[in-house]
Amino acid sequence: MFNYLSRRVLTMILTLLAISVLVFIIIQLPPGDYLTTYITELESQGELVNTEKIEELRRQYGLDRPMYEQFFIWVTGLVQGDLGYSFEHGLPVTDVVGDRLFLSLILNFSTIIFIYVVSFPIGVYSATHQYSWGDHGLTLLGFLGLATPNFLLALILLYLANVFFGTSIGGLMDPIYIDQPWTMDKVLSVFEHLWVPVFVIGTSGTAGMIRRLRANLLDELQKQYVTTGRAKGLPPGRLLRKYPLRIALNFFVADIGNLLPAVISGAEIVAVVMSLPTTGPILLSALQSQDMYLAGSFLMFLAVLTVFGVLVSDILLALLDPRIRLGGSASK
Amino acid sequence: MTDGHFVSREPFDPHSIEALTPAQEKYYLASQWKLMWWKLKRHRLAVICGIILALNYASIMFSEVIAPYNLHTRNTDFVYSPPQSVHLFHQGEFIGPFVYGRGYELDMDLLKRNYPEQMDNVQPLRFFCQGDEYRFWGLFEARFHLVCPPENGTFFLLGTDRLGRDMFSRITYGARISLTIGLVGILISFTFGIVIGGFAGYYGGWVDASVQRLIEVIRSFPELPLWMALSAVLPVNWSPILIFFGITVILAMLDWTGLARAVRSKLLSLREEDYCTAAELMGAKPGRIIGRHLLPGFMSHLIASATLSVPTMILGETALSFLGLGLRPPVTSWGVLLNEAQNINVVALYPWLLFPVVPVILVIMTFNFFGDGLRDAADPYK
Repeated sequence: MFNYLSRRVLTMILTLLAISVLVFIIIQLPPGDYLTTYITELESQGELVNTEKIEELRRQYGLDRPMYEQFFIWVTGLVQGDLGYSFEHGLPVTDVVGDRLFLSLILNFSTIIFIYVVSFPIGVYSATHQYSWGDHGLTLLGFLGLATPNFLLALILLYLANVFFGTSIGGLMDPIYIDQPWTMDKVLSVFEHLWVPVFVIGTSGTAGMIRRLRANLLDELQKQYVTTGRAKGLPPGRLLRKYPLRIALNFFVADIGNLLPAVISGAEIVAVVMSLPTTGPILLSALQSQDMYLAGSFLMFLAVLTVFGVLVSDILLALLDPRIRLGGSASK
Repeated sequence: MTDGHFVSREPFDPHSIEALTPAQEKYYLASQWKLMWWKLKRHRLAVICGIILALNYASIMFSEVIAPYNLHTRNTDFVYSPPQSVHLFHQGEFIGPFVYGRGYELDMDLLKRNYPEQMDNVQPLRFFCQGDEYRFWGLFEARFHLVCPPENGTFFLLGTDRLGRDMFSRITYGARISLTIGLVGILISFTFGIVIGGFAGYYGGWVDASVQRLIEVIRSFPELPLWMALSAVLPVNWSPILIFFGITVILAMLDWTGLARAVRSKLLSLREEDYCTAAELMGAKPGRIIGRHLLPGFMSHLIASATLSVPTMILGETALSFLGLGLRPPVTSWGVLLNEAQNINVVALYPWLLFPVVPVILVIMTFNFFGDGLRDAADPYK
């Protein structure tokens, strides 16, 4: 187990390193650094540019160093929790972000839970009642869920809520709690608002999960050990719980590697549409104004979230399945 | 005949067992594509979706003719005009397709424009007529339309936007960009996938290992934020056409991984086959072995899987343009149109701005069903 764990953590660190190089390249992609943008902005406003101050800023942020040193400074900063400096807001990124990262985390986590809780019973039902009316209906529903883009669904729901109830279902809490310290009421308010975006982001993931779980469980149900068990007189429910379901469960946990990037992607754009106080809207505005350090930090945060989620799922999988725990690297 | 055993007196034909019925013969001799076609035909839903898609793609050839207005025509007297419905009967009398004329008044309390229908003003639509001028495929000037607004009247089937441009015409034109970007994107990602996956699978070893790592890194990244970041750094001074290609390449750059994986795993097993060794011994170069001998074996399956990623691309473009990071006007795609519907207060007042959602969902859904059927049909093991 220890060997397996350490190998996985090592891979994770290497992956994160590769991702950070990628993100850093994206940060550097727009022509010029942000100080040149800053200078042109000042000049366009007719202000005098203080060359000494610019030079000082340049030194302070290490912009006069070679590229690899800048990268190194940026990465060590990230590890120490210093996310860089947002030039659009004139604040350290950490201050701009506030509790958005935390809310993003809650949103994504709840969505994953939602997907699991909803898709598991439906998937099992579909597989055990293959080709029944219930199965056909659920499959069709799943297809619809899979094909409806979640940001369009959000848009339509917002519109319908506006027409029929005259209220806005956007946001993650009642307006009075915005920028307030965390209290019990605020937490409750967040939970009251959370379910709409969770539902919107979760639909396509749920639909996909149901289909995959169904296919997987069907494969298991056709295996010989199931026939053997049935022949020996095990009651169907007990047989299902005891063997095929447990094996299908493995896949259920393992699939988080596919699910997580999709959910996080979806959450970003739904957050923009529903104006949720998560990373989405700020990421968008940072990108629009090419405030690349802020955008880069968000990208990095999302990537860390994904990679870390996959690590957790791998550890769970190793706990569940001794073949992975003991098998080592051979199974590729 | 004495011991009671039955012996046939027919002459013995050693080939009798191998003889095939005509139906069997047809099946055994059919090419791979024919087999696929037969299987696909049995999948009713996939065929219907295929037809819808074919109609959609056919329509983008003649967008100019189908749209009653030019893409950029501004009807400044009819800003945010609600949809006009087509009627057939006027006061119980059959007239043929017509619309009621539109008046105009300004509601000074709400500061809102109203366009009341004048129930006595019957304006028959014109068909196969001369209307707004356009350049057909940018080649020559023409005025021919399938349907035109009545003389001195208007025909806004799906309403107008903030500049008084006809939504229906804009959606028709938008299909052109939205539908092609998926195809062009898949072409690029297909090439990437086959070349990179092909090398990884054929050479194995460190090439394979590094490609695998690269794919893992790309796949562990949430797609949309990365797309957003990449399209945000496209230079602002690029022309719309360059932006179009830039966005396509960006969409394709993250999409090839799935295909490359499929190609790689297939090649890893196929390169051990005898016919591959034979080709190698006869001096064929790797490129030829991959392209001529290995790929055709599972090409149909690859194409079918590729169909399934077209909707992802269309959706990606729509999402990016919707956020204002993708295509920019005057290039018009469904995403660009939806960009105007971003503000929910505007949508609440002018709900017809949401209409481009309908073709997006329709196309995504039909592509999914069609691709699913195609993949099942192309799978030789089913």
